[in-house]
Amino acid sequence: MLNRSLSKKRKSFEVLMKILMLLSVGLTASLVLFLLVYVLVQGIPNITWELLSTKPSYLTEKIGILPDILNTVYIVIATLFLVLPLGVGAAIYLTEYASNKKMVGIIEYAAETLSGIPSIIYGLVGMLLFSNNMGTCLMAGALTLVIMNLPTIMRTTQESLKTVPQSYREGAFGLGAGKWRVVRTVVLPGCVDGVITGCILSVGRILGESAALLFTAGFAHALNGIIDGLAAPGATLTVALYVYAKEQGEFGVAFAIAAILMVLTVLINFVATLVQKYFAKRRSL
Amino acid sequence: MKKNQILEKVIHGIFLFLGLITVDCVLMITVYLVISGIPAIFEIGPVDFLFGKEWASTAAEPKYGILPFILTSIYGTAGAIVIGVPIGFMTAIYLSKLASPKVKSAMQSAVSLLAGIPSVVYGLVGMLVLVPGIRKIFNVPDGASLLAAVIVLAIMILPSIIKMSITALDAVPKEYEDASLALGATPIETYFKVSVPAAKSGIAAAVVLGVGRAIGEAMAVMMVAGNVPNMPDSLFQSVRFLTTAVSSEMAYSSGLQQQALFSIALVLFLFIMLINAILNFFLKREKE
Repeated sequence: MLNRSLSKKRKSFEVLMKILMLLSVGLTASLVLFLLVYVLVQGIPNITWELLSTKPSYLTEKIGILPDILNTVYIVIATLFLVLPLGVGAAIYLTEYASNKKMVGIIEYAAETLSGIPSIIYGLVGMLLFSNNMGTCLMAGALTLVIMNLPTIMRTTQESLKTVPQSYREGAFGLGAGKWRVVRTVVLPGCVDGVITGCILSVGRILGESAALLFTAGFAHALNGIIDGLAAPGATLTVALYVYAKEQGEFGVAFAIAAILMVLTVLINFVATLVQKYFAKRRSL
Repeated sequence: MKKNQILEKVIHGIFLFLGLITVDCVLMITVYLVISGIPAIFEIGPVDFLFGKEWASTAAEPKYGILPFILTSIYGTAGAIVIGVPIGFMTAIYLSKLASPKVKSAMQSAVSLLAGIPSVVYGLVGMLVLVPGIRKIFNVPDGASLLAAVIVLAIMILPSIIKMSITALDAVPKEYEDASLALGATPIETYFKVSVPAAKSGIAAAVVLGVGRAIGEAMAVMMVAGNVPNMPDSLFQSVRFLTTAVSSEMAYSSGLQQQALFSIALVLFLFIMLINAILNFFLKREKE
């Protein structure tokens, strides 16, 4: 219908752009599909109970990734535990307390800068700041990740705080509540969704992180409890994948870890979408 | 009453402290990198360091020239942009303007997945699929090369470019497009000649974000680029990036060699700060 009176030049532009767009979308889609299928096909056959439930043994020359799984869990817990109060506090300061526009601008610019710094630089600074003082250990890695994830938690919390209606705050003030009381009873409950979204995003980022951990948390595979684990060097799943693939040529194990990471990534994305949808729905009610 | 006021003041102070923590972190990172990066630059000589063509840190007579790393990082990033931006841009226009809601949301999940895949997984797949593929197709002795890194980086920056371009394109006022359509332009002409120019700051920001991602990526590149400190004379050369130069020697370095690695990180940091400033410029313009 639209083609009735188009000149040749316009028509060829139309067709060319359509083809280019479809090609690009097709390429992107098949790329995602290929990565997903390839990693799962290569990895899943290598996932055995023995691999998941043991630590590497030089005696039997078998590789187990249980320590790496636990290290990942420990580092996620430690990082979130530390970053949450900092990030939420910073967001509350920005939306509730800060009155100086210039200051807000500086803080937001700093947060943007932090999220643009590549992880290898975090790794280096983490090494100088933490590992050189407390030794190479999971805790040094977690502290490095705290700085990395600060902007994420801050941003998601800030976004959810902005959706708390101003009238709630005014109502509370009108009833004679002090600032702190308003923050505690009105504002904080309102940022739960932002905090949860931020946590999910951060977990995803921590799971995928490797460059920042290589020189801060090290790459040992010892089996520890959480307290000893945080004080000892240890590889997370991504670091273990790197070491097994690049330094030891154990591609089977590397693919098994890659498949686990892939499944976790899909899961985290799924949960993140679900949570965001849920909160959006609840807010619109 | 007095006690309450003191409490409020204290709590205000605590939140102020927390609010400033990002600023502290940025300052701390900058100061640490400058303090640890500057000495080696002067010991080696700024010109020899930045423009020296040879890096031989473990030789009897060590040479610390990082021009190969700088050029490799620039070429690698440029290559990734040349491949990644057109694909991401076209995908974004299709998803923002033409795709059905179902296709759009499915593709957006796919793109988020692409963004969430850990870089070591890209590195692993690159090592086992891309590197042998390049070796066979181009008949070169080793596929671990600048080309492999460029392709991996192009894939890794795709999600940033697509997501940010979609946001910019979605924000174009419907009236602009309606006006163009009413004047007789076809939908596709409208999208490319009206919507895209209207969203150009956002799309520019997407490209700059991609540049930042590409120049800062370490692990995936480390696994596919071969890691030899060559000058990047050809696409099939085994090369070392600024990021990988830092990470490949850090574990066993000491003395001047380690200090030189910190200097490399400082150079990388300066690149990133420049890119951040440009990104901020475009984002601000987009908001206006």
